[in-house]
Amino acid sequence: MRNDNRGQSGREYLGIDEVVGPLVFIRGAEAVGYNELAEITGADGSRRLGVILESADGVAVMQVFEGTMGLSIPGTRVRFFGTPLEIPVSREMLGRVFDGLGRPRDDGPEPISELQLNVNGLPINPTARTYPRKFIQTGISAIDGMNTLIRGQKLPIFSGSGLPHNRIAAQIARQAKILGEDMQFAVVFVAMGVKYDVARFFIDSFEQSGVLENVALFLNLADDPPVARLTTPRVALTLAEHLAFTLGMHVLVILTDMTNYCESLRQVATVRGDIPSRKGYPGYLYSDLASIYERAGMIHGSEGSITQMPILTMPNDDITHPVPDLTGYITEGQTVLERDLLHRGIYPPIAVLPSLSRLMKDGIGPGMTREDHAHLASQLFEACAYVRDIRALASVIGEEELSPLDTTYMKFGREFEEKFLKQGEYENRSIEQTLDIGWSMLSLLPRDELHRMTEEELKKHYRG
Amino acid sequence: MNKNINIIGRISRIVGPLVQATGVKDAQMLELVEVGDDRLVGEIVRLEQEKASIQVYEDTTGIRPGENVYGSGMPLSVELGPGLLGTIYDGIQRPLELIRDRSNQYIQRGIHLPALDRDKMWRVTPCARKGDSIEGGRIIATVPETQTVEHRIMVPPGISGTLSMVVPEGEYRVEDTIAVVRGERGDQEINLYQRWPVRKLRPYKSKAYPSALLVTGLRVLDVLFPIARGGSVALPGGFGTGKTMLQHALAKWCDAHVIVFIGCGERGNEMTDVLTEFPKLIDPRTGKPLMQRTIMIANTSNMPVAAREASIYTGITLAEYYRDMGYTVAVMADSTSRWAEALRELSGRMEELPADEGFPSYLPSRLAEFYERAGSVTALSGREGSVSVIGSVSPAGGDFSEPVTQHSKRFVRAFWALDRQLANARHYPAVSWLDSYSEYVDDLGGWWVAQGFPDWKELRGQIMDLLQQENRLQEVVKLVGPDVLPDSQRIVLETCGIFKNSFLQQDTLNPMDMFCPIEKQIKMLRLIVLFHRLASRAINRGATLVAVRGTKIYSELMRIRQTVKNEEPEKLDQMADELKRSMDELEARCEKR
Repeated sequence: MRNDNRGQSGREYLGIDEVVGPLVFIRGAEAVGYNELAEITGADGSRRLGVILESADGVAVMQVFEGTMGLSIPGTRVRFFGTPLEIPVSREMLGRVFDGLGRPRDDGPEPISELQLNVNGLPINPTARTYPRKFIQTGISAIDGMNTLIRGQKLPIFSGSGLPHNRIAAQIARQAKILGEDMQFAVVFVAMGVKYDVARFFIDSFEQSGVLENVALFLNLADDPPVARLTTPRVALTLAEHLAFTLGMHVLVILTDMTNYCESLRQVATVRGDIPSRKGYPGYLYSDLASIYERAGMIHGSEGSITQMPILTMPNDDITHPVPDLTGYITEGQTVLERDLLHRGIYPPIAVLPSLSRLMKDGIGPGMTREDHAHLASQLFEACAYVRDIRALASVIGEEELSPLDTTYMKFGREFEEKFLKQGEYENRSIEQTLDIGWSMLSLLPRDELHRMTEEELKKHYRG
Repeated sequence: MNKNINIIGRISRIVGPLVQATGVKDAQMLELVEVGDDRLVGEIVRLEQEKASIQVYEDTTGIRPGENVYGSGMPLSVELGPGLLGTIYDGIQRPLELIRDRSNQYIQRGIHLPALDRDKMWRVTPCARKGDSIEGGRIIATVPETQTVEHRIMVPPGISGTLSMVVPEGEYRVEDTIAVVRGERGDQEINLYQRWPVRKLRPYKSKAYPSALLVTGLRVLDVLFPIARGGSVALPGGFGTGKTMLQHALAKWCDAHVIVFIGCGERGNEMTDVLTEFPKLIDPRTGKPLMQRTIMIANTSNMPVAAREASIYTGITLAEYYRDMGYTVAVMADSTSRWAEALRELSGRMEELPADEGFPSYLPSRLAEFYERAGSVTALSGREGSVSVIGSVSPAGGDFSEPVTQHSKRFVRAFWALDRQLANARHYPAVSWLDSYSEYVDDLGGWWVAQGFPDWKELRGQIMDLLQQENRLQEVVKLVGPDVLPDSQRIVLETCGIFKNSFLQQDTLNPMDMFCPIEKQIKMLRLIVLFHRLASRAINRGATLVAVRGTKIYSELMRIRQTVKNEEPEKLDQMADELKRSMDELEARCEKR
């Protein structure tokens, strides 16, 4: 059991005073450290872990990870460890399956390591960060061409229930590579409140592509205690940081589903009596999410990197809901999926206009992708935005009433979805292919319409 | 920090960043304290008999009831002196680069390092003599702080008397005494640096009405929605609309002498971007790296929330200090919403009654206090200086009706609303021409006249009118398509199309376009307004829109951003001549028929 070596100095109290939901109040406890780990032993001998949420003279409030069912007021013992939650970290944890607190969920042994790390981590000094610039080729045109993923970026997938976000995430994990480098991502997969099937899907997908020994899974499934969900991403990111910044590996962290995480946070906040802000979520949801998402990137003195791909389902497909909204304010862009595209049979159903990659500007261009990439993407965005307006117009006045130019744009819109967006789940396009398809789309439009391209670029690539 | 620190109480309760102490004697409201055995930095935010509430600027994990609280006897203050420029600090002015060099890549707790380097030697040239009668604010020496900014050492406000000693010109450290003032309160030594409480505004002689443009080099702002030196503006926009990119562009190209960039609760990588980019970028006005005029305050979203609350005050106090030397200072606060959220979080932990959306009821007054620290002033030294404040707002759900946006609007005089639709079409900067406004338009007419461009206000009025017309026409177009409009109305759409494409959009990554001098801006504007006038006339006389679009000058207008260099604005005059010729020709052809 982790923390045991330090636990000897811990103090034990007999009896608790109050149990409210996942919270336990212990009176008479002296000098308990805020945010430290505690272990509660029920009258039946069952042991559960928790952390101290509030510490005051003579009373401590503990949040029990594994739920409070079966606890009774007398006969329950509490032990305070005197340290925050720590986990051992090592290279050997790849290829294994753990629960939300970092305990083995497979049949393997407890991981052993000299190194025990506080799962809450420490904020990275902004002056010690290395600005990420390496283009990751995902083989998906909508991402590579228009919303490029960069190594060390945190780029979430904004999805909705029933949309194929898992398939897209698996495809990215399978195909991601850096041009001209023979490097493989180690994957840290974090499941928060998702169904077993989802976890199984990812495991199978990793197995199929033969990378499972390079994947560490942290599973807190839908029927696991929701309070432990709050530590799951932190435990997983602690390992990711060790792999990336101490061992110099390139780590891809997939977090699914952040909406479930936020639900758990709201649940605990409500029990604690925190003042709610929007939709009942606590006012510190932003800071809390930032403490997860900001654990990505690259730092000085280390070769490694953490690339984060959080997945979240937007309740009711509403992008202004607090969870996607606050996520968008922290992450470096977002990949947005759209139900309408899915219904029209387009995979991956990536809505290009609301999607964004903030780090794209520094990772594309000559020497990285191709010199025309930035202008090409910008021109495609302009054309797609215009198509959106024309479609709205066509739905009012009918397509045959459109001007010849607008009819051309309608054609561009259809071809763009069919040829550029749409691709196979196992189709791995090179960046050259993606850009060339982009050009063949733009070549449908009159040359005069392409204001964002330079003359040279038009000469070289325009085939209208 | 202060070594005479003494125990003023003991900790009784810890909830997140809020610590309560009992047995508190001898403490002041807003006093800087150190908390617990780890000596975490905090500030007293509430006093109630022998109880004190302390907001702690560092992570409180592991702090226990019963540990001590140590007083400092002074409020949260910053160090003001040479060495600020080019440095990156956290929200309570701890030098982040030094912290990195002393520990590791992570920010550990309980680190106490002075904000200004104690060992660095500065070349001091006194400009006051022994026997001079002086008062607070008087400049007594200068130090070449960077190649672009001369640091002027001022007598701290409140000190006056006669100079009984001034050191000769030479090299000194910040703690060295460079002068002694003999006054009513005895001899007072003056160092190269002084301390100032961040929550207290620095005094000045008088405030003036803002009347000069803060040139940003961004056309949509300078021409349509200008900000005056000493002005304040709110910059709201949902995520991904380009707030931070716009703030970066302003920090790069606006013509202030000193920039204070406050990264308040935002992304770590964005600060890194500035840190890696600014030392390489050259200021077009001075020819020196931009970092030499920039101070950065970085309290990213994952750093402790209480320090985020303080970062805004730290930043604006540094700005006021340079203002007092007689400089034009611009403060970028990105983002004020994160600061407001920090207020909300701390207020919640103190169990105060919430008002709108959980924000405390004093949010508007705090916002007002902050924005009112902007201004164009005559400093105590008699020099003219200004602090302009540009505060981004991150409205929840992109909805401008939320409290921070609404309250900010009450205290700023310009409003740059970023538009989601424009951002989606990658029209940057995505400043909406329909929702934005600037009350400084009326104050700045004289400035443009003095620059030799008396027609600015007239041109601006014309183009704003066209944009309004276009908006109304677009309503019709959305319903029935553009074909039903007569050419005399479609030309409005055409002109606005050119204006949006060639003028409003600006590519912050393209060296030819990222910064646009005033003269070029006004000439581009003239050209586009002229196009509208001539093309409308030609159409009235029988030319068709298709013919207008077919002219060579029309397609050239669409590309002026890419073809006309900053150094050759006269090219635009040539284009105007070409435009006249071309439209005359069109008319002549129509008349022949």
